[in-house]
Amino acid sequence: MIQTDILIIGAGPTGLFAVFEAGLLKLKCHIIDALPQPGGQLAELYPKKPIYDIPGYPEVLAGDLVNNLMEQIKQFQPGFTLGETAETIEKLEDGSFIVTTNKGTQHQAKAIAIAGGLGTFEPRKPILKDIEFYEQNDRGVDYFVKDPEKYRGKKIVISGGGDSALDWSIFLSDVASEVTLVHRRNEFRGALDSVEKVQELKNSGKIKLITPAEVIGFKGSERIESVDIEINGARMNVETDYFIPLFGLTPKLGAIANWGLEIEKNAIKVNNALDYQTNIEGIYAIGDVNIYPGKLKLILCGFHEATLMCQSVYNRLNPGKKYVLKYTTVSGVDGFDGTRKEAEKAVVKSIE
Amino acid sequence: MSQDITIKIIDRNGTKHEVQAPTDMNMNIMELVRAYELAEEGTIGVCGGMAMCASCQCYVLNENDVPLPEKSPDEDAMLWEAYHVKENSRLGCQIHITTEINGLEIELAPAQ
Repeated sequence: MIQTDILIIGAGPTGLFAVFEAGLLKLKCHIIDALPQPGGQLAELYPKKPIYDIPGYPEVLAGDLVNNLMEQIKQFQPGFTLGETAETIEKLEDGSFIVTTNKGTQHQAKAIAIAGGLGTFEPRKPILKDIEFYEQNDRGVDYFVKDPEKYRGKKIVISGGGDSALDWSIFLSDVASEVTLVHRRNEFRGALDSVEKVQELKNSGKIKLITPAEVIGFKGSERIESVDIEINGARMNVETDYFIPLFGLTPKLGAIANWGLEIEKNAIKVNNALDYQTNIEGIYAIGDVNIYPGKLKLILCGFHEATLMCQSVYNRLNPGKKYVLKYTTVSGVDGFDGTRKEAEKAVVKSIE
Repeated sequence: MSQDITIKIIDRNGTKHEVQAPTDMNMNIMELVRAYELAEEGTIGVCGGMAMCASCQCYVLNENDVPLPEKSPDEDAMLWEAYHVKENSRLGCQIHITTEINGLEIELAPAQ
């Protein structure tokens, strides 16, 4: 069982920054996220789009902000359970919690910080007969590329017209034996360099492009052997080992909605006068997932909420202990990995 | 003080609403729906208005009476990937509230 001080649910900017504030208070964090990479919406929805309201950054790309946060929290060695969804929670007599994911991974923590944003990102699935059968037990339908090595030497069909369909087609063209990209129209929408790269790989025969077309069915008894594709009213059949539909994601609050937390407008009610704690002691909700009078769903507000949450957890775990706020400029940052960051000492020297 | 306009909206339960929309607040139809709470929070405007989800998809009911701006390539691409798309589908976040669209009637598409 994974043991930690604060279990953070959601690896978006708010959840990541909470690791830093917790670290300053010597609290260890572990993060669960349904997506295979940290960053939440920023990494999944708009990594190449700029954000203009992060204090101190006149402009920062969402993907860069995530990378910077990962760098900022590195010395506090957060643990990650990625590609899994927090499913159940149990409060033990000593006040700690056990959170179990959909894959059965168990985490024990002294406090829970739900930083789930809009909720768990679930893939939008094409409406196809028997698709549920093939999406289980590696029978050939995947909605995420979690481990690219799995596709080495295999034939794959990717469906979709956005960034992730383009980017994974490019990446897997070096790994898989055959990559076919199917899209309902001829135009793709993505970063210019991705679109150009796919064009290049199509010209050199490394990606087979089928447009305007749609996957309409499967063949295979044990697992997928081929997909049926409709192109301009005609039908064709393409042999494949994997079919990866990348039609974007929709957020759902998911299992957290059944944890006994007070919910209002699809968000978790918290005490904003104090510490962003929910109606269950020891469970906090920070960032876009919470609601209180005057709530604004902004990254910068999430950072503030994360900071006060950590302070509250510290006070709960160390009752009666006097705490004085320390400035990182004055006291430096001591990592759990033994590193230390500190301001360069000034010299006291006479000038002749 | 600039003028408010009237927009008619049929929500996802089929209920009709007639709402006043300000033209001086840089708002769009998706934000208008949220401001009047005509769709459950979390089910509309998911991407924040970047035409990157279709949670604010709506059907324009009187497109012959009210001139709407052309779809941008982004909106067009998103609608190609969305569910429940019809001929008169638009993304609410891409329709800005201006005096020209006074009297617009829309119906919210089912949640994605």
